[in-house]
Amino acid sequence: MWLRDVSLGKRILAPLRDAEAEMVAPALGPPIAEPLSQLDVLLEANRCLYCYDAPCIAACPTGIDIPAFIKKIATGNLLGSARTIMEANPLGASCARVCPTGELCEGACVYEHDAAPIRIGALQRHATDWLAASGVRLFAAGPATGKRVAVVGGGPAGLSAARELARLGHAVTIFEAGDELGGLNTYGIVPFRLPVDVARWEARQVVELGVEVRTGSLVGTGPEANVSPGSVLREFDAVVLAPGMGSVPRLGILGEDLDGVEDALDVIENAKFGRPLALGSRVAVIGAGNTAIDAATVARRLGADDVTIWYRRGPAEMTAYGFEVAFARAEGVAFKFGRVPVRIEGVNGAVTAIVFAQTEIIDGVPRAVAGTEERVAVTSVIRAIGQSKHVALFDSFGVAHERGVPIVDAELRTSATRVYAAGDCIFRVGKTDAMVVVAAQQGKEVAASVDRSLRDDAINGVLRNDAAGAATGEAS
Amino acid sequence: MADLSVDFAGIRSPNPFWLASAPPTNTGYQVLRAFEAGWGGAVWKTLGDPIVNVSSRFGGLDAGNRKVIGFNNIELITDRPLDVNLAEIADCKRAYPDRPIVASLMMEMDRSRWHELVRRVETAGVDGLELNFGCPHGMSERGMGSAVGQDPELIELCTRWVVEAASVPVIVKLTPNVTDIRAAARAAVRGGAHAVSLINTINSLIGIDLETWNPIPHVDGLGAHGGYCGPAVKPIALNMLGDCARDPQVGVPLSGIGGIATWRDAVEFFLMGAGTVQVCTAVMHHGFRIVEDMIDGLENYLDGRGLASVNELVGKSVPRFVDWNDLNLDYRVVARIDPQTCIRCNKCYIACEDAAHQCIDRIARSSGGHDLVVDEEHCVGCNLCAIVCPVESCITMVRVDDGAAAHTWRERTRPAAPAAFGGGSSSER
Repeated sequence: MWLRDVSLGKRILAPLRDAEAEMVAPALGPPIAEPLSQLDVLLEANRCLYCYDAPCIAACPTGIDIPAFIKKIATGNLLGSARTIMEANPLGASCARVCPTGELCEGACVYEHDAAPIRIGALQRHATDWLAASGVRLFAAGPATGKRVAVVGGGPAGLSAARELARLGHAVTIFEAGDELGGLNTYGIVPFRLPVDVARWEARQVVELGVEVRTGSLVGTGPEANVSPGSVLREFDAVVLAPGMGSVPRLGILGEDLDGVEDALDVIENAKFGRPLALGSRVAVIGAGNTAIDAATVARRLGADDVTIWYRRGPAEMTAYGFEVAFARAEGVAFKFGRVPVRIEGVNGAVTAIVFAQTEIIDGVPRAVAGTEERVAVTSVIRAIGQSKHVALFDSFGVAHERGVPIVDAELRTSATRVYAAGDCIFRVGKTDAMVVVAAQQGKEVAASVDRSLRDDAINGVLRNDAAGAATGEAS
Repeated sequence: MADLSVDFAGIRSPNPFWLASAPPTNTGYQVLRAFEAGWGGAVWKTLGDPIVNVSSRFGGLDAGNRKVIGFNNIELITDRPLDVNLAEIADCKRAYPDRPIVASLMMEMDRSRWHELVRRVETAGVDGLELNFGCPHGMSERGMGSAVGQDPELIELCTRWVVEAASVPVIVKLTPNVTDIRAAARAAVRGGAHAVSLINTINSLIGIDLETWNPIPHVDGLGAHGGYCGPAVKPIALNMLGDCARDPQVGVPLSGIGGIATWRDAVEFFLMGAGTVQVCTAVMHHGFRIVEDMIDGLENYLDGRGLASVNELVGKSVPRFVDWNDLNLDYRVVARIDPQTCIRCNKCYIACEDAAHQCIDRIARSSGGHDLVVDEEHCVGCNLCAIVCPVESCITMVRVDDGAAAHTWRERTRPAAPAAFGGGSSSER
């Protein structure tokens, strides 16, 4: 018997299957990444150099102490490893699967240039999978402060904020418009990258801290809203707006209301939950972000023969990560660049073709070139040109915003008193998509900010009482 | 091509790589396989009175990745009848007459019984005898093995009994479980030993099972101390080998044992005075086939250095292995870190900061990132940074003293010469 059998004994490290993973909605084929084998875990964890002031930590938006969690895996301390991860990142399990690690921790690994970087994401998945299967509850709510905080939106940023606020002792209520918590993790990321039960497990860790969840609760003043901003502001001491982003905007072209023209997020959600989805055999995906990739690969896995991503700019301008593009190509997705849709055609109310024009870039903006139109026969068109902003929500709280992006200060405070914002909703235009891991970090930051403010209020309250006492002559 | 053959205390061997007396030399089948693989010689698993072995015998220590760096065992000497072993020895000698087989022997402290054992074993045609005064477990509780090796008088007496009966060279194998290995080696030489081999295994308890709290290995829940070997013991073996090699009262050929796993290890042992090396744990880990690279690597090393024979290595580093008091106090090296190969893991930085002399600075670069730079004024040249650096040759130790005459502690504390009586400096008195 080797000593290693003991410290990393089967009982401790055995691959614990998440029973609930079996109940997940259709997986749409094999996962993009299998979990590391026990052997790989041991090799990889021991390969980590345990750098001091490691660059991978600095490259992680949530600052996970990566060498520490990997060391703990190597010593057979899976519980400690998972705690190190989840302490820093309340979405540590989903980030292990969806983070663009090559752009973050693994890209910063000191082995990156001269050897293979440590597979940090896969090791993080190993530790968090272990945690989920173990049933251990890592965190508890803090001593009650008597303060109430509303979190609008139960996605990554909202969950992260809610967990931290609950740990700090505040009574938290999440207003979630949908049926389930998790946001994009639950609804908007393909199941072969992120199974829905991972998102559900993460949400449950937050709910189990005593966080109240009101699903089906759309905050706002619009016709569909059922919770008014005024009532939220009356009921709670602080409000965190973390609604994420909305549906995919319309293309603004003829034929957009034909049957078979779909919102990419709806496609992903319906596929993820096993709802009927008839995309047909020839699918055009408009846009080249990571959601476009997800929708295109879903279409392929649902059986479409010809799935093409059409993008108005060139390959270098795609906002999808390189590894996502490579994955899509491997899945049989084609790419066409420098094309913009000009109209969608249909018969009997159903889409039959889409017409593209070639583009030229004028003052940085791609414009259709007359006379370059080509008609492509399709059975469906998927819009994936970004996401709309929750302008109405921000307006209803009186939150100042720039083209739908709330203006926040370093403390993530909006222009409205006691109203904060975090997550994708404050993401500004950039080269890449907004990331779950950034939303997780902002959730932590906004919670700390809210907490500071509420405690300041409490102290100020005490001071006011003292002042009152002084007025009655009781102070010396 | 360099000549790897050796004559070790009169025992001729086509190469200096012998299998140590241990599980790999338990049977004729194994020894034949070993010779086929290229091993130069074999010391047969210790012969003696019948014993019974226990089930669950070995324990391993790794440094991650399940690569064994240390190994212990509670297996005893052969549990097969003497006549079976002797017949197999004879078979092996017939099949490979050029490969020496040395019989390892263990017997109670009884002169006539030792004589009887020597007489019978020699009938098998062995090339030498190795007296097992080293096994630290089991047999030592019965007054044999290291129980003999820890008492110079018993070593000398027992060696004499064997030498007076033997017609082949007698090697005495020493236990490292002593304060000063030279006392044991000298006793063997006084008893007439033709050679000394070292080290046998070190008293050890390799681990405790965190689940059951049983010792490792355990026999029905109980454990006993075992003998420790493998790469982790190499430094201990090399030190004891060096102590024997530089002791004029030893002065017989030495066979090096302890953690030798590669030709590189073997070269170190030759340089420190070993005429042959014996290997066990590496074979237990990887099989007999490892000898191919041992031979190949040694040949290439010798050829590369223009050496005609392995004998030209033997003992060459012994004069350089001295007492601390003879080290040059004026010699000074400092670490230099090559920014080109540095991967910025900062392991040198934190090692120096927390465990050495706080003389590595992290200097921000204008292009981003940082360089690790040694504060040479305060660097004491301890080597720690170079040791923890994961990149080979990234950190080098560079001599910075003026190379003036050596100055040792012994010189510094040497009593003043009689001529200085009544004169010279008195400030130090």
